[in-house]
Amino acid sequence: MTLELRRVEKRVGAETHIHPTSVALAGGGFNILLGTTLAGKTTLMLLMAGLEKPTAGEIVLNGRDVTRVPAPKRNVAMVHQQFINYPNMTVFENIASPLRVARLPRDQIRDRVHRTAELLRLTPMLDRKPAELSGGQQQRTALARALVKDADLVLLDEPLANLDFKLREELRDELPRLFEDRGCTVVYATTEPTEALLLGGHTLTLHEGRMTQFGETATVYRRPRDLTTARVFSDPPINTAPVIKRGDRAWLADDVSWPVTGPLLSRADGEYIVGIRPHHVTPTPGAPDAVRIEGRVLVAELSGSESIIHFSLYDRPWVSQSHGVHPFRVGDLAPLYIDTRQCLYFDRDEQLVDES
Amino acid sequence: MARITLDRLAHSYVRSPTRDADWALKEMTVEWSDGGAYALLGPSGCGKTTLLNIISGLITPTRGRVLFDDRDVTAAPPDERNIAQVFQFPVVYDTMTVYDNLAFPLRNRGLDARTIDARVREIARMVDLEAMLDRRAAGLTADGKQKISLGRGLVRADVNVIMFDEPLTVIDPHLKWRLRSQLKALHQQFGVTMIYVTHDQTEALTFADKVVVMHDGQVVQIGTPVELFERPQHTFVGHFIGSPGMNVLPCTIRDGVAVFAGQPVPTARPVADPGGGTRLELGVRPEYVRFADDGIPVQIVKVNDAGRYRVVDTRAEGARIQLLVQEDQPIPEGTAHVRFDAARTQVYADGWVLN
Repeated sequence: MTLELRRVEKRVGAETHIHPTSVALAGGGFNILLGTTLAGKTTLMLLMAGLEKPTAGEIVLNGRDVTRVPAPKRNVAMVHQQFINYPNMTVFENIASPLRVARLPRDQIRDRVHRTAELLRLTPMLDRKPAELSGGQQQRTALARALVKDADLVLLDEPLANLDFKLREELRDELPRLFEDRGCTVVYATTEPTEALLLGGHTLTLHEGRMTQFGETATVYRRPRDLTTARVFSDPPINTAPVIKRGDRAWLADDVSWPVTGPLLSRADGEYIVGIRPHHVTPTPGAPDAVRIEGRVLVAELSGSESIIHFSLYDRPWVSQSHGVHPFRVGDLAPLYIDTRQCLYFDRDEQLVDES
Repeated sequence: MARITLDRLAHSYVRSPTRDADWALKEMTVEWSDGGAYALLGPSGCGKTTLLNIISGLITPTRGRVLFDDRDVTAAPPDERNIAQVFQFPVVYDTMTVYDNLAFPLRNRGLDARTIDARVREIARMVDLEAMLDRRAAGLTADGKQKISLGRGLVRADVNVIMFDEPLTVIDPHLKWRLRSQLKALHQQFGVTMIYVTHDQTEALTFADKVVVMHDGQVVQIGTPVELFERPQHTFVGHFIGSPGMNVLPCTIRDGVAVFAGQPVPTARPVADPGGGTRLELGVRPEYVRFADDGIPVQIVKVNDAGRYRVVDTRAEGARIQLLVQEDQPIPEGTAHVRFDAARTQVYADGWVLN
């Protein structure tokens, strides 16, 4: 099953909410929409669902142009961040509701509701009303309703955002398994880079209504096409600084330089931007050829298993994230080490310096 | 500012509690020193909001006392307790400017205009709202509004304690760390007692010097972030803190040594079987499990790439063992052996650590 957007665009008055976007999403594995609040994730989903009409472009579901097909006729299921259930109906009736709309025979409805409830561990709750359930169970009920109807396209809009941390972890672990053998196309919106990584599949990064990259999740994370994508896909934020490339070395300052590796080697000398993820800047050298820098500590956050040190280096804010407890004090001059093999380089136009 | 003592505190919403389950808060004694940064951590329904409401005076506890320094405030109404609170959803006067929002608590206390002005500007600088003082609050983003709430919490110099109830839940992750570090810096600067209530371990552990972990109305452990991570006193703490949480495996004890899957497993301390049908379990965090040439045989089920590390999901005799493997370390396929770091492996009896 596939979902294709062909130059899909959404304008509201003089404002462009979604810039022309072309992408083909496939079934089998999640398609993650990753971006901050207001990046356009929900708008893009509403367009996919048919709940919003694009200003231009076409939406093709399983080879059929559905641009002008209204939502109820698209066989699409959507789950929102807020748990939406019918408060007066039991969990059973909630899950059964899309099947009743589709006028399925009674025994088939019962079968499918029970099977789906089993999958989502809701069987003991089938006779209860949503208000008698925990947040996690309420969201499971909403998910069950999306699953039960065998939709071609399932849209999950930050479905775990309102749940407790641990419940989120648990459901995030379960979700890919639930959709594994269904063949439907699943789109999942999140603001959290780690969540995108853990769900795997493919990721589409969004920034201010523009798709910046689409590809396998791990590839988008490790080879972001431009600086914007790298920023969207990094939490804590990726460290960036100008460097001068001269011959086979990159210079961060007069006394801080390292050997250049990878595609940058064959590029012209001059100014580039280096991007270094926080876990590649550590209080102990992570690699034998790590380069030492000294940062002024702004804030030290210790979580019991890791240390997040916010520091200032040549008047720029940097972050280091490392295992273990490294109790730096605010104002300290902290020695830190950059794993330079992990550096990403961007040119003046903020495009990744990559194999061409 | 004040030291806060919860002295044999317990609370029930039932008129005459008889059973254990009738108590929303089971008896607890906690002391928070003056100027400390504390967190109350637990899942929804664990009783943390009840406890917060008791401290702020919205609820009178069924049993026990609340002391601010040596003064018993158990029966004192909220407005006599001098507490500032910051809630999950920013409480902001939309029609007022940012300046007036910050000045509001001071004007209420009848301070003179010059003192108010100096204080408002000082706080605005600290929470990064200086440039927006003349703007109407309505036009601000969610994190901007939450900064106003934070600022209002900090603006009064005379509060006993500032309490934060899930203050960052509505904030985007890329802004969360910034507000979190600002809050931490503000605490270091002001030295006012702060209590931060959350279900989010990262927020609790990075903010607080000491964390109170609650589960089912009970305090299960009070400790520093390192203590909670390295020596969980209860399997719940092991599970709730850390992502993924601690591995918990059924075990037996033979000659003072824990045994799992027929293999002796070295632990931090020698252990004696308490007997009497106690449920015995081994607890070891995914961070302290590694692949080895011999040890416990496991089947590798799944590998999740989290970027800076990978989570490897394995099975051993039906039990689940997860490992964290660093970005550049190899991961075997199919079957393998794992070993636990003995110093970080503990045995639990009916959930509580065996000493």
